[in-house]
Amino acid sequence: MILLDRVTKTYGKVATPALDRVSLHVEPKEFVIVVGQSGAGKSTLLKLLTREERQTSGKIIVGGIDYDKLRDRDIPLLRRKIGVVFQDFKLLPNRTVFENVAFALEIVGMGNHEIKHTVPKVLDIVNLRGKEKRMPLELSGGERQRVAIARAIVRQPKILIADEPTGNLDPKHAWDVIKVLEKINHYGTTVLLTTHNQDIVNKLKRRVVTIEHGQIVSDKARAEYKI
Amino acid sequence: MKRKFITFARILKTGMINFVRNAWLGIAAIAVMVVTLTIVLFSILTNATFNHTIDQIRDKIDISMYLSDEITAEQRDQMLAELKALPNVAAVTYLSKDQALERYKEQNANNPELLSAISQTDNPLPATVQIKPKDLNKISEIKDFLSNPEKEALQSEEPSYSGDRKEAIDKITHATNTLQRAGLVAVVVFAVISMLIIFNTIQMAIFNRRDEITIMRLLGASTSYIRGPFVVETIFYGVVSALISVLFIHAAFVAASSALEASSLGLLDIQYSSDYFYDHFWLLLGMQLVIGILIGAISSIVATKRYLKFKAPK
Repeated sequence: MILLDRVTKTYGKVATPALDRVSLHVEPKEFVIVVGQSGAGKSTLLKLLTREERQTSGKIIVGGIDYDKLRDRDIPLLRRKIGVVFQDFKLLPNRTVFENVAFALEIVGMGNHEIKHTVPKVLDIVNLRGKEKRMPLELSGGERQRVAIARAIVRQPKILIADEPTGNLDPKHAWDVIKVLEKINHYGTTVLLTTHNQDIVNKLKRRVVTIEHGQIVSDKARAEYKI
Repeated sequence: MKRKFITFARILKTGMINFVRNAWLGIAAIAVMVVTLTIVLFSILTNATFNHTIDQIRDKIDISMYLSDEITAEQRDQMLAELKALPNVAAVTYLSKDQALERYKEQNANNPELLSAISQTDNPLPATVQIKPKDLNKISEIKDFLSNPEKEALQSEEPSYSGDRKEAIDKITHATNTLQRAGLVAVVVFAVISMLIIFNTIQMAIFNRRDEITIMRLLGASTSYIRGPFVVETIFYGVVSALISVLFIHAAFVAASSALEASSLGLLDIQYSSDYFYDHFWLLLGMQLVIGILIGAISSIVATKRYLKFKAPK
């Protein structure tokens, strides 16, 4: 599903690369946790996957799409296949919960009728039924993040990328979010989660990839993580 | 297909909403676009009017040759045939002495003194040949032909050239050319200014919505989906400006017709301008719309370009 082959990313003329010859293979329906200190290269890795950044060298293939052969005009199509959850939610503040989720469907040209039908189902999955008309600012951090997850999965992507989705949340809310991610993975979506929350990693008991100084230093199944 | 239609409808709707929301921001853009389009329309109208005036004067220009009374019918026919054969002659009209007299009477119908002077004597008017030249600038060819001594002998007096009229034509042609050039420069200058102002307006609108645009981008919105509403918004500027500019000119004609009893203002025949405007109303309106839409669309496409670029490889 995700294949990185000796991927290096250097920002500008900085001597040390943010990612240094990283190779990673993620199977379909896998749940992979990427851990590492701030600045280790986790975010860079995800930005390469969503094509916000381009690798300096190496090969990236996601869902059969070779990023070297990807034309600019096809980037939107790629992004529609990948659901992304951001640490800072990136919700539209002047739109309701429903509208925020519907936004992702409007972009791909889905009809209003279908949108009205689809959005409540997804809000069900993230346990936000009944809050359709709330504005993002009226919600707690955990709820906001679940809106963001709903938006990311409403198009039923094969891959869900979550960049420290619990970073701004207290433990209880963080765990709510993680449970939703597990549920989505259970339905068959490949999930790539970055975090530096030790508790979450240890409770999940999933594959853990550790990045330090831009390199993968360990890659273990059902792993625990110590800082 | 259906999705494309839905997307198009959404872009249109968002664009309209933004147009209404940004109304204050858009006023500057619309104002300068109105000026631009009004200049365009004004240039076209004055140009058409001047051309009309030139045609009118040109139509009246001819050379009159007066035949001697002693000329024989053969000599006359030969003269006419030779004249017709000249390359620069468009038409030759022959007026006999009687016809010349009749025309004179018609022309001076409200001047009884002149009429009575004529009727008292024998017909003093010579038979006249009116020559209409094709090109006013090559009139000398006809002149040479007529001043040939052999031909001069057959004439009762010097041929008359409408020389003063040629001068008038030259003046108007010169004025038209100058006006065309000035109009073109003004149109270009104002078009550029309005583009820059629309540019600014759109950049401000983009700045206000940059978070939204970033999110749209990350969620996989296509370039046209993000850009579309901005383009629709500026197209609206163009449409509104076109309508206002046409309204302006209309108001100007209404004011002119009620304020000025005389329909001619120097060289500018206001009556003709206004007739031309209303006769070609839909065409002119359509043209204004097309220009306004083009200015709006081009400037917003350029303005959004920078914000919609993807990262280049590095």
